[in-house]
Amino acid sequence: MIYTIAATMVLIAMLLTLYRLFAGPTLYDRVLAVNLFGTHTVVFIGILGFLTGRPDFLDIALLYALINFVATVAILKFFRYRAIGDVGRTPIRKRKSASRRIKLPKIRKRAKDSGGK
Amino acid sequence: MSILVTLQEVLSWILILAGAFFVLVGAIGTVRFPDFWARLHAASVSDSAGMILLFLGMALQAGFSLVAVKLAIIGAFLFLTGPTSTHATANAALVSGLRPKEAEGLTGAELRNKDTAQAIEPDGAKDPGA
Repeated sequence: MIYTIAATMVLIAMLLTLYRLFAGPTLYDRVLAVNLFGTHTVVFIGILGFLTGRPDFLDIALLYALINFVATVAILKFFRYRAIGDVGRTPIRKRKSASRRIKLPKIRKRAKDSGGK
Repeated sequence: MSILVTLQEVLSWILILAGAFFVLVGAIGTVRFPDFWARLHAASVSDSAGMILLFLGMALQAGFSLVAVKLAIIGAFLFLTGPTSTHATANAALVSGLRPKEAEGLTGAELRNKDTAQAIEPDGAKDPGA
């Protein structure tokens, strides 16, 4: 009974995280949602093992936790350097990747007298 | 002895329900918060607090067995890697130029520029909500 309630709550949380994964405006929202979805999946596999009375799925949960962390770091590394493997040869200043072309937001210059609202 | 078993059961139920609550609250916050930097907080709640409480409750249900050892290993690994991957995501977003909505342009590098600092500072001192 208690496991059914917990599994339902985690399943609803997974669906909400999937919404953020598909609707996230930036790339980093999606990476965050993927990471969170992986953690929810690990928890859900554990609860499911106790719910069915056979907690033997925990090895799968452990494997999923390992892969989840490596996948998050690999995605972030790929979108920063545009390569997974050997990124140490060419420094980031010399390559024309998309992440370097994003400029910092400019400061809006406001006059001093128009500051008060 | 029976009292101890009942206490263990009730404590594990409380922990599991609290963990599921925190997981759900973190997911709701991930959907509803307006900004990436605000969503990081909600994701951390779901990632650390909910996960730890759920695994503690399940380990109490399992008792002294191999299942509890596996749960402890998974919990320790997620306890280490969850904040690490959240930090990596935040660092990558900061490096790529994503800034919080409320403080656009208020980075440290730009405040070192004198005239822009003067343009920002009296405004921020008068109106901290802006």
